[in-house]
Amino acid sequence: MGLTFDNNRPIYLQLMEYLYGQICRTDLKPGEKLPSVRELAVKVGVNPNTVSRTYMEMERKDIVVSKRGQGTFVTEDITVIQELRKKIADDKIGDFILMMNQIGLKNEEILQLMEQKMASRKEEEE
Amino acid sequence: MNEPEIYLKNVTKKYLRQPALENISFQLKGSGVYGVLGENGSGKTTLLKLIAGLLRPSSGTVKVMHRPVSRLSSKDIAYLSDADSLYSFQSAQQLIHFWEKVAPDFSKDKAFSMIRELNLDVNMKIKNLSKGNRARLKLVIALSRQVPVLVMDEPLSGLDPLVREDILKLIVMNADVEQQLLILSTHEVSEVEAFLDHVIFMKDGKCILEENAEVLREQKGQSLVATMREVLA
Repeated sequence: MGLTFDNNRPIYLQLMEYLYGQICRTDLKPGEKLPSVRELAVKVGVNPNTVSRTYMEMERKDIVVSKRGQGTFVTEDITVIQELRKKIADDKIGDFILMMNQIGLKNEEILQLMEQKMASRKEEEE
Repeated sequence: MNEPEIYLKNVTKKYLRQPALENISFQLKGSGVYGVLGENGSGKTTLLKLIAGLLRPSSGTVKVMHRPVSRLSSKDIAYLSDADSLYSFQSAQQLIHFWEKVAPDFSKDKAFSMIRELNLDVNMKIKNLSKGNRARLKLVIALSRQVPVLVMDEPLSGLDPLVREDILKLIVMNADVEQQLLILSTHEVSEVEAFLDHVIFMKDGKCILEENAEVLREQKGQSLVATMREVLA
């Protein structure tokens, strides 16, 4: 499992980002059951209480639903997942632009660089 | 099981005239994993022994589950010693049957299922087990007790990194951290980092900082190791 934690940041947040990734990529499909708290804790090497907290936070944000006695499930509401994907993308792009501005690139230059990069990647794939 | 609780008020412990702990007060309430972190000689073992009722404080009060700690407290507390605490002439099977008789809360089924998972030979004499397997067996005994408070003194010391990882997994899988309060001491802070709910930093017999691990990471934006360097320096 490709998950190493940055010990400088709260672990429950990092675990949440990891699960959001899986949900947005539909590695975890809408309505699919998440692993049990203990299962995931052992798998990623954290305290079960941390996993509980992660699940609780995700439930608060309506990304997952917990059903009493059955476990925790990804929401079946696809718009919620689309919103989530949009929000993460928005945040990351914001960070990216800020970083590029910090090294002195103007917005048009960033766009140009992005297009070049995308084109060369496409070539590599072909 | 009631909600676990450990309460210390103005606790001082001296060995002859040498103070080991000075005026410690804190209250741990609720289940979870609590780490006692500090250098050698900072008072970790003394603190854990006081909580387990194996030492008496020179002054102050120690309460576990709302009652002053005495030898009778062992019905609420499982204690994992740093020292080699097993009878070398017993086999794992004999050890488990022994514990079943000694501790009424001991779950034989849980013990045997853990032993099976670990692939330990139940008939082998303990003296013939490797150090890592003796450590695992000790832990199996402690984790098989259905008590509100688990006290573990250096469960990782003297073991190689792979065994340490294995032991941590064994703890996570089998300790009931939603019900039990597990307090453990260690100096392998980076390895237990992700497993702790709560930390207690000790230095020169004093408790310098007692805080939730995620809160510390959130507030300081740094790892527990970095925080430890900062507060213990």
